[in-house]
Order: sequence, then structure tokens, then C-alpha cells
Amino acid sequence: MAAFLRGLAAAWSCVFAYVLFGTYIGIGALGHDFGFSLGWIALSTLLIWAAPAQVILISTLGSASLIEVALAVSLSSVRFMPMVVALLPMLKDAHTRPRHLILPAHLTAISAWVEGMRLLPREPRGHRIAFFNGLATGLISSAVAGGAVGFHMAAEVPTVFAAGLLFLTPLSMLMSIARNSDALLDRLALALGLVIGPLIAATKVGLDLMWTGIIAGTIAYAVHRLREAMR
Amino acid sequence: MNAALTDLGPYLALLLVGFLPNEIWRMLGLLVARGLNEESEIVVWVRAVATAILAGVIAQLIVTSTGALATVPLSVRIAAVAGGFLAFVAVRRSVFAGVAVGEAVLIVGASVLGR
Repeated sequence: MAAFLRGLAAAWSCVFAYVLFGTYIGIGALGHDFGFSLGWIALSTLLIWAAPAQVILISTLGSASLIEVALAVSLSSVRFMPMVVALLPMLKDAHTRPRHLILPAHLTAISAWVEGMRLLPREPRGHRIAFFNGLATGLISSAVAGGAVGFHMAAEVPTVFAAGLLFLTPLSMLMSIARNSDALLDRLALALGLVIGPLIAATKVGLDLMWTGIIAGTIAYAVHRLREAMR
Repeated sequence: MNAALTDLGPYLALLLVGFLPNEIWRMLGLLVARGLNEESEIVVWVRAVATAILAGVIAQLIVTSTGALATVPLSVRIAAVAGGFLAFVAVRRSVFAGVAVGEAVLIVGASVLGR
């Protein structure tokens, strides 16, 4: 319980609590404009917990076929698989039951993952699941609250302000990941992904994020191995 | 609202075409992570892949913006990221400082150059 509360407190001292609040003001306003209820928007945050997927769902559910919507949502969320694979080994110990990892896997999102990877090594291993659940609970609460605020101020958000809200996500993601990246491996993966991402998107091969991850991640990993070998 | 959505109802639609197709990746990750430990080379590689995917998401959000952000010229968006990152480096790697400066550049630039 103490570890859960420590995680909850950590959520409020990281930039993402505020960034998520702002981002979800945008999502709440969008949901209002497309005719969804406040309860539906809050539930979509708790169940989906992925801003890009929620934007797709809200803006296409009224017009596209259900299969198309499901496919678009799913393609936008491929990132969760490698994120969960990298995170869970940090959380578990010899006594961890598989079912205790279901909630942390569900709560994995960019914000919680980035902060978790930074803060978890400081926690004793037995407390990490509770700490992570607390951290992610704090962050998701902020998102739900932001969504409610956005829902109520929907029509009154000026364009420049709305643009500013949308810009919070890439800015804070970039700098939080950069701050976490002490190892060459992470820095290289970040820098290569930033450069290779738009190049692959321009070729229109499809699944560009997956290819960006595999190509840039593998190059970064190869360089890291090469340097280890030369030591 | 189209016919399919009216038939299903918004909450069932949320479960079937929102929650499930999104959650499947997390649960696949849960399955794959079984038996792996932090030091294993595959986890190190996967971490690099995950970081690169997030970098790709960042680049996509900045370069191919949608909605209100698309009304801001690309040059302003790039200048705002660069300005924010410089502030981040200058102010002892403070994410708050970087985000504040980046947002300021974006809003001032959009007000002056936009439209």
C-alpha cells in the first residue's frame, strides 16, 4: 500500500500528469463534438488508455465501418507489445503470479512506461508492481479529469489553444525520453527513430511505426553490441 | 451516427472496436514477457525497438499533424520543438522548462505566421 501511494505521489511530480490533463482536454472536446457522452469518454480513457487510439475511435466511429475502425485502432497501438515486454521483467520477482501482471500490462501507456522505466529501478523489487499501479493510477486520473474539463468547455477552445494542447504530447514525450536516455542504446534508438520515422512514412509502405521501431531499434542495438564487444 | 453504431450502441462499440483491438497488444506483450528477465538480450533489443517506435510517434505528431495543429505551419512546429529542446538542455534537463518554451514558441509563431 505504501508503495502504491509512493507511485501515486510520483505521478503528480512528473510532467505527464499535467500534459495528460491538457491532451485529454482536447480529447474531451473532440468527444463532445462527435456526440458522445461524458461517461462514454471517461470509460474509453479507462479501457483504452491510449490517446491516438481514442482520437481514431471518436472521430471514425460515426462514419467508417466497424472493421475499419477496429483495424485503425489496432494499428495505432502496436507499440504496446514491445513496451509491455520491456517493462514486465522489471516488475516481477520469483514470487510474482502471472495474474498480478495483468493490471500493470493494461495500465502501460507511453507516460506510465517512460516514468516507470526511470523510477522503478529505485524501488525494491517486491514493491514495484504496487508502485507502478499507483503511478499509472495517478496519470490515468489526470487524463479522466482533463477529458471532463474538455467536454464542458468544448465549443470555447480557440484554435491556437487547441493546437497548443495537441503539441503537448510530442514535446513532453521527446524530452522525457531524452531525459531517461543515459545509455547510448536509448539515445541512438531515439535519434534514429526521429529521423527514420518520417522517411519510412514518406515511402508509404504501411505499418511505418513498426518498421521504424524494428529498423532504428535494431541499428541502435547493433551499435551497442559492437561497442560492448570492443571494450 | 451510422447504422452499425446505432445497432451496437456506443458502449458495445467501445468494447468491440475500441478496447479489444487496442488491448490485444498489451496482452500479447504479457504472454511474450513470460520467462524473460531484464538482462536477457532480447529484452534489451525490444527496449530499443519500443524507444524507436515512440520516436516515430513523436516525429509523426510533429510532421504530419492533424486537427488544430495542422493549421500551424510546419516551420513553426519544427522551430518550437528545437526551441523547447534547447531550453530543456540549457535548464538542467528540465522537461517542464522545455515544454513551456516549446509551447511559447508555437503559440507566438502560430499567432504571427498562421492564417
